[in-house]
Amino acid sequence: MSAVLAGLFYAAAAVLVAGVAWRIRQYAGTPAPLKIPTTPAPTTTGGVALRMAREVVLFESLFKASLWTWLFGWTFHAGLALVLARHLRYFTDPVWGWVAFIQPFGVYAGFAMAAGLAGLWARRFLVDRVRYISTPSDHLMLALLLAIAATGLAMKYLAHTDVVAVKSFFLGLLVFQVRELPADPVLALHLGLVSALMLVFPFSKLLHAPGLFFSPGRNQVDNPRESRHLAEWAARLESK
Amino acid sequence: MADVTAPPLREFPVPPALVPDAMAGSKPYVATDKMQEAIGFPGALVEDWHDKAIAKMGELVGKYRSLRVYLDACVHCGACSDKCHYFLGTGDPKNMPVARQDLMRGVYRRHFTLPGKLFPKLVGARDLTRDLLDDWYKYYNQCSECRRCSVFCPYGIDTAEVTMAAKEILDSVGYGQKYTNEIIGKVHKIGNNLGLPGPALEDTLLGLEEDVLEETGADVKFPLDQKGAEVLLITPSADFFAEPHVDSLIGYAKVFHAAGISWTLSTHASEAGNFGLFIGNYEQMRTIALRIREAALELGVKRIVVGECGHAWRVAYSFWNTLAGIGSGGDDPFARMLQSQLDHNHRQPTHICELTWDLVRKGALVLDKEANDHRVVTFHDSCNVARASRMGDEPGGQFEIPRALVRAVANRYVEMRPGTTHEATFCCGGGGGLLTDELLDLRVKGALPRMESLREVADLHGVNFMATICAICKAQFTKVLPYYGFNRNMVGGVHQLVSTAIRLGAKR
Ligand code: HEM
Ligand code: HEM
Ligand code: SF4
Ligand code: SF4
Repeated sequence: MSAVLAGLFYAAAAVLVAGVAWRIRQYAGTPAPLKIPTTPAPTTTGGVALRMAREVVLFESLFKASLWTWLFGWTFHAGLALVLARHLRYFTDPVWGWVAFIQPFGVYAGFAMAAGLAGLWARRFLVDRVRYISTPSDHLMLALLLAIAATGLAMKYLAHTDVVAVKSFFLGLLVFQVRELPADPVLALHLGLVSALMLVFPFSKLLHAPGLFFSPGRNQVDNPRESRHLAEWAARLESK
Repeated sequence: MADVTAPPLREFPVPPALVPDAMAGSKPYVATDKMQEAIGFPGALVEDWHDKAIAKMGELVGKYRSLRVYLDACVHCGACSDKCHYFLGTGDPKNMPVARQDLMRGVYRRHFTLPGKLFPKLVGARDLTRDLLDDWYKYYNQCSECRRCSVFCPYGIDTAEVTMAAKEILDSVGYGQKYTNEIIGKVHKIGNNLGLPGPALEDTLLGLEEDVLEETGADVKFPLDQKGAEVLLITPSADFFAEPHVDSLIGYAKVFHAAGISWTLSTHASEAGNFGLFIGNYEQMRTIALRIREAALELGVKRIVVGECGHAWRVAYSFWNTLAGIGSGGDDPFARMLQSQLDHNHRQPTHICELTWDLVRKGALVLDKEANDHRVVTFHDSCNVARASRMGDEPGGQFEIPRALVRAVANRYVEMRPGTTHEATFCCGGGGGLLTDELLDLRVKGALPRMESLREVADLHGVNFMATICAICKAQFTKVLPYYGFNRNMVGGVHQLVSTAIRLGAKR
């Protein structure tokens, strides 16, 4: 089983990294011919960085739009961020100081993440507008993340696994050695689901994470009168 | 024409229940072959429309980052779902911004993403059938491109960008909309949306001079094609004769007169509006904007000032520098040719409200605020000004400057409910190329949220005048106000108020 999971993880990591890099190159390489920031917009690059930071850290626009969605969404993402940061302990030896520092908070993060996901999923059934726009993949994505959280929490509270061995396995992968992984079905499930998440990332709506940084509505500086903004294909019209 | 009915005002502003297909019958007239061909589109739906449409979509996602990112990034969170005035007024689920995007996103997924090719059902991917194409035509013509949804989307996804792309695709396969495309043809041929030829324009302006002379005793001029004037005024052609638009035109003229600024209109560029924006077509938008560049070069003006028009100000403020080199900071020969002529001590282009407000602050105008005491005024932010442009030097100047101006000329001013003004303002219901009679039912229903907040201030504070700085808003409200029991004359321009208050020839 160790060999199978090792293979799976190498494949998933390759798809994730190559896929996301490809999408980012595609976004960066597509011109934005017109100035279309949603105004009022910052008039300086620093201001844009701040606007973006507020969107990423606080979900500012979502807060203005819908308090419930914001509450569930933010709880889920904040939980997710902490959980992922906490997981760094499986990949670093010695464990970085800040990763060690946040370990105790991470205990709650797993629950926060699951609670947020549950709330978001409930919306897909209870709010008729959100039910109308939901596709099967929207439900599956929430199911997948909830299953990952559930198996993780199960390992932590119900069926403990040998985390030292897990760490050794992943440190091994980093230096291209396949070491023994505990023969634990919950762990296998957790890891299988995680690799599925990594595989779908570049092809799904999870592209919202890189996408946000390329959204012209949010990342453009409001200065069209002061400087001339011209895309290459648009400039070619001028020499005709 | 279909029945036109106004929905009842809601007691509490909660989103309506879904009424599937409530607006499935709403559809503007299709452009005739003559109108289509006059602006370079196929005359009627082409044989191989499916393949052509997909190819065009591929071209557009390669040319516009906005479209590509917006089609990929949406997580179906629903934050935008109750933000569109057309959804609020009709309950039709396809008028939820995300559902409107999904009409195109489904096809995008089917043809341009791996999961959509492999498992279409799973990810909501769809083939572009004739029925879906008709749905595009119907529902992308129920979006006024107002960008309200983009304010609330966590990624800034702007449904207007998707709508414009859809209209661009529809045009390219010969399925264009009559109102917009006919008008674009007129601008190219005659120079304005109304098809008003030079001599008629000259007559109208002479008539206005006589009217103002009679009313005020001041010899206010409305110059046309005056070489060497300092300012070229570009204003929506509705200002030349429509009510209440013309009262604002008189207001601009009085301001120029009182401040002693020489100015001129142009027959060649007698239109601020640019419907190329509405159909999302860069080339059309550029060709229309070039007329203004040509007029400015021909007349040798130092400044370009734009009259009260929402989408026109978006194009002028955000796009003119790009499209036609009208602005500052251009370092290529094309831009320099015009920009070396312009006076960069002034903002280029300048909104008429910026110009008048600067004069008010300098004390250059004599204003009698009491002249507006019969009015209790509120201000309707027009979408394109609020969410797609700026005035002044600070973000948000597009809200502050017109309000400051209104307060400088009127004593009694009231704001409408927060959440319905500034960047969250509700569209009048007639923007984006929908200001046509066969869509009146849609327009009346789309005006619902604005009518609700107007009703509130009318009942509470006796508001009897809604000032706005958009030609489309003025025309739309004049038409729909009566459906909600208001007087159609309640709407007017900010410079209409200025016109009432300004004292000409008085010594300060
Ligand atoms: C830059 C990083 C990210 C930002 C700013 C961000 C932001 C958001 C926002 C604002 C939403 C909409 C509100 C909501 O439904 O929660 C959302 C939804 C979602 N995000 Fe993220 N996200 C990020 C990264 C991620 C990552 C790494 C994942 C998963 C591995 C993820 C998974 C999801 C999912 C599944 C949803 C949809 C929830 C639903 O179905 O309602 N996000 N994200
Ligand atoms: C290679 C990647 C991963 C490995 C090796 C891994 C391994 C583990 C292990 C061994 C535990 C049990 C911790 C304990 O008993 O103390 C755990 C818990 C958990 N995992 Fe993962 N996991 C991985 C990726 C992920 C991802 C991507 C997510 C979320 C999307 C996730 C979510 C969780 C959660 C919520 C818990 C429970 C709370 C916690 O301990 O933080 N895991 N994981
Ligand atoms: S741009 Fe305006 S009209 Fe169009 S979907 Fe968004 S809110 Fe509705
Ligand atoms: S708010 Fe944005 S991400 Fe959410 S459903 Fe609407 S368009 Fe999609």
